[in-house]
Amino acid sequence: MSQRVVIIGAGHAGLQAAVSLREEGFSGELVIIDAERDLPYQKPPLSKGFLNNKQTEENLIFRLPHFYEAQQIKLHLGMELTRIDRDKQQVIGQSGEAIAYDYLILATGARNRPLPVAGAQQERVFYLRTLEDARRIKQAMETCLRVAVIGGGFIGLEFAACARELGKEVTLIEAQPNLMNRVIPPVLSEVFRMQHQKMGVEFLLNNQVLEIRPESNDALTIELRGGQQCVADMIVVGIGVMPNIELAQAAGLTCENGIVVNDSLQSTDDPRIFAIGDCAQYFNRFAGRKTRLESVQNATDQAKCVAKTIQGAEPCTFEAIPWFWTYQYDLKLQMAGLSEGYDEYHCRGELGSDKFSLFYYRTGKLIAVDSLNRPTDHLAARKLLQAGVSPSIEQVKNEAFKLNDLLRNE
Amino acid sequence: MPIVNYIESNGKRHSIDLPLGATIMEGAVQNGIPGIIAECGGSCMCATCHVYVEEQFMALLPEMEEEENEMLEGTSAARTVNSRLGCQVRISKKLDGVVVQIPNKQ
Repeated sequence: MSQRVVIIGAGHAGLQAAVSLREEGFSGELVIIDAERDLPYQKPPLSKGFLNNKQTEENLIFRLPHFYEAQQIKLHLGMELTRIDRDKQQVIGQSGEAIAYDYLILATGARNRPLPVAGAQQERVFYLRTLEDARRIKQAMETCLRVAVIGGGFIGLEFAACARELGKEVTLIEAQPNLMNRVIPPVLSEVFRMQHQKMGVEFLLNNQVLEIRPESNDALTIELRGGQQCVADMIVVGIGVMPNIELAQAAGLTCENGIVVNDSLQSTDDPRIFAIGDCAQYFNRFAGRKTRLESVQNATDQAKCVAKTIQGAEPCTFEAIPWFWTYQYDLKLQMAGLSEGYDEYHCRGELGSDKFSLFYYRTGKLIAVDSLNRPTDHLAARKLLQAGVSPSIEQVKNEAFKLNDLLRNE
Repeated sequence: MPIVNYIESNGKRHSIDLPLGATIMEGAVQNGIPGIIAECGGSCMCATCHVYVEEQFMALLPEMEEEENEMLEGTSAARTVNSRLGCQVRISKKLDGVVVQIPNKQ
């Protein structure tokens, strides 16, 4: 009898798993289930090109309908699941319908962390995660002039840049003193802050929202801990996400900050179940600890790994180098590796300009590279990190030295 | 709608009708043509939608920005004078019939 793989979640991870299984030669049944109704789409443009009209919904579609037919990938869109029955190897939908699996891939993603203050549940307080969220924000922006952004991470800043490009008055509130505080050092985030300021974004940093109050004239007043107020017509909140682990938890799978999986992304409790993408917590050799990453690269590379494991003779070990990017105005930041825990960094190019790369080292070993408008450095960095090659400080600083030359000698 | 001809590294040819404004990368990915990966989804971030454009169409392509030029320095398959990133080439009427060769690795 033919095998069936059921994938929960049609985001970057879930869809890639199906595509890769076919590429690996899997000939059984493939079922993807998602509560969202839209055909699988790309998420990164939602906070970038989609909002400022550089990309349309058609540009975002991953695969056209005929692809799913040709590849015999069955999509159950708009389907909510209530539980996983591990004994019977089934997932159960809301009306009680059961879909059996031989392997189950959890690509359930993450959801936005809600802003925990009074008044946060208003019609004009938005979160950005899905295409539907982006449509609603885009529509709201047609009639709103004053936009407040709560959270100075990637999503908040990318949105702020788009809103400025659309001519909105933008105020950004961030609890930390530095933007993108969790991932990049102040020397780099300052370049972004200055660019946003130059483009007209007002910042309220090192400040926290106490309350959101609707006014009689349809405006929203944001009360801040520092005593200030900010008045806006709409608010976009981007303060991080929480992994969707409830189905896994209820099925008795070990979950911490994500569904806990082994080096082959297999649940530590059930070899028939895998978890990939934003919802999966695994030991990352670049971080040196268990971690959960939220990125397209992590989602797609994990999906490819699981496809190899299911289809192959040997389990595939996941060890892809993490990389991320953000795009704000004409600042393009590409990050390779994980800089957490670095003890020194060295700069290639002019520090603080709009074109430089930071090379992070821990005990003399290269662990990460952040490249601002230097794509060549980024691509070289990914290869160096994957190969475990650390350039010397002199080589990093000497722009005439080609980093790729270190790899040719390998 | 303009037709784009994709040729896989094994010689297999796919002729795809693309809507105006779509990119060479989108046309390949949305239709499931193997060999164009586009990890970043068209943001000129990953250099995995590298194609070789047939010589006679080179002059008709949109001009290359510096960013694309730099990314092409890091492609897996060797860069040639015909190299472009598929995500940076939007299809226009004059590109009807364009032929792009997909490299054997991205």
